[in-house]
This record gives sequence, C-alpha cells and structure tokens, in this order.
Amino acid sequence: MANKTAANGHGGFPWKHLIGFVLSIVLTLVALWVALETDLSLTWILIIIFGFAFLQAALQLLMFMHLTENSTSTKLTGRVQVGNILFAAFVAIVIVIGSVWVMTAGHAKHEKHDVPKTENHENHGGGNDSEEHGSH
Amino acid sequence: MAHAETHDPNTPLEYRSEVGRLNILGFWIFLGAEVALFATLFATYMVLTHRIADGPALGELFEVKSLLIQTFLLLTSSFTCGLAVHEMRRHNVKGLMLWMIITLGLGLGFLYFEIQEFLHFIHEGANIGTSAAWSGFFVLVGTHGAHVTFGIFWVTMVLIQVAKRGLTPATSAKVFITSLYWHFLDVVWIFIFTAVYLMGMVMHHG
Repeated sequence: MANKTAANGHGGFPWKHLIGFVLSIVLTLVALWVALETDLSLTWILIIIFGFAFLQAALQLLMFMHLTENSTSTKLTGRVQVGNILFAAFVAIVIVIGSVWVMTAGHAKHEKHDVPKTENHENHGGGNDSEEHGSH
Repeated sequence: MAHAETHDPNTPLEYRSEVGRLNILGFWIFLGAEVALFATLFATYMVLTHRIADGPALGELFEVKSLLIQTFLLLTSSFTCGLAVHEMRRHNVKGLMLWMIITLGLGLGFLYFEIQEFLHFIHEGANIGTSAAWSGFFVLVGTHGAHVTFGIFWVTMVLIQVAKRGLTPATSAKVFITSLYWHFLDVVWIFIFTAVYLMGMVMHHG
C-alpha cells in the first residue's frame, strides 16, 4: 500500500518520465506510419490509430500526471481522481461516437424518406456527394 | 492552519496543506469538465469533416512535416514539465525553474509553428469561414492553441511567485496544478493529432 502514495517517485533518476516520453514518441511515429504507409483498410487504420491515441493518453495520465496518486492523509483522492477521469472519458466517447453515428446513419435514412421515387443516388460520382463518405 | 498534522517526511510539499490537497482534487474535477468541452468540439468537427463546400479538403492542406514539428515540441514540453515537478519534489528550486522555463520555450515554439500553419492554410484559401469543415477545424485546434497561450501566461505567473516566495505548500501546489494543466494540453493534442490530422490525411489519400 505504502508505495501507492504520493511519497514514491522521489529522488533518483526519473525513469517513469523517460519511459513515458520515449513510448509517446514511438506511439506517435508508429501511428503516423500505420496511417500513411500501410495498405490496411480504412477501418483497421482508424481502429489502430485511435487505440494508440488512448494508450498514449493513459501513458500521460499515469506516467506524468500521477493520476492514481494518493495524498498520504486522505487515501480516497486517488480513487476519486481515477473515477472522475474515467467518467469524463465515458462522456467524451458518448458525445463523439453518438454525434457521428446519429449524423451519418440517421442522415442516410432521412434522405431515403425524403425522395422515395428517384433512383438511388449512388452513381452520381461527383465530388459533391459528401454525405456518402461518412459511411465508409 | 492551527491543527497540526503529522506527515510522512516523504509527503510532497503540495500535499501538505489541506488547501493544496483540495485544490489538486478540484483541478482534476475541472479537467473532467475540460474533457467534456473538448469532446463537443471534436464531435462538431468530426460530423462536419466532409462538408467542405467549395473550399479545399482538409487532408489536402495538411502537411506531415509541420504536424510532426508541432507534435514533438508539445510531447517534449510535457516531458520537461514532468521533470520540473520531479525536481520540485526533490526540493530543487533551480531544477524546477530551469525545466519549467524550457517547457515554456517549447510551448512558445509550438504556438509559433501552429500560427505559421494557420497562416499557410489561410493563404491557401481555407479560413474559418470557408466551409463548415474548416470552421470546425479552426474552432477545435484554435481552442487548444488558446489553452496553450493561457498556460504559458499562467506558468509564468506561478514561476514568478516561486521566485519571490520560495517553495511553500501553497506555491508547490500551484506548480503541481499548472503541470497537470500542461500535461492535459498534451493529451488533447494527441487526439487532435489522430482525429484531425491523421484521419484527414488518410481520408484524403486513401
């Protein structure tokens, strides 16, 4: 238990910071490489680069920001902080994924209702069919 | 103030006063609210990415070189900021000052390249009013840039206070809180790097 408190990490060489820094650089470069140099499908590229982003965010929180750290007299704070940040992350994910989902899937349906008699729009081919891109 | 508390001699200064402890906890809760704020801006941007009207596509103007320079400056500044707090916990005021000033320099460098990039985009015909996509871009990335600007002023003020009053439970809690703020800006940038720049370039080329 004792080594979970704010007391640790004193003195000595700052290994935690150095490891966090090197890993964040590596994750950044690998994400860039995956995004621009590989032939993976778009879905896989997005899964991988967002996976790396969340990993790197966790790294910052744990290695640099001492997220889980307790103050010695109130053992509760570490847990309150972690709970608060996890809740914030949940809210963020709901806002972003919810918005994107409702504006792509929902929009396509709306269009079908609106113009039931015309042929489907898929073969317009022009650059202006920007709605279509969202559903890839 | 009066009631004496017994401390493990290893307890960092910033956790020694009740005010310091509560301020740090309160700041974590504030950061939770900041996450929600940035989430709305990310949602707006991602919903509007393809609404480019007559303007250029986002991925068309993004450049890897400029992106990497900004990312490395900010990642390194987060690292040096961590070293500053590490030195503070060893009660090394000089080390704290040195690493924090380096952090500020890297932050200024980041802002310089970000502004250069914005000017380049505007020069290429993409300003905040060009299209919904570019509005989303400038509001999201600009809000982050505004946070960095504010952070530079804030850290400067706190450093002046440390220079005048030395390391006390009060000033060390302030330094610790500004460090949390600075690392948080890096967390937000990681997602801008991924959701705005990488995704923009992938969509455009792929």
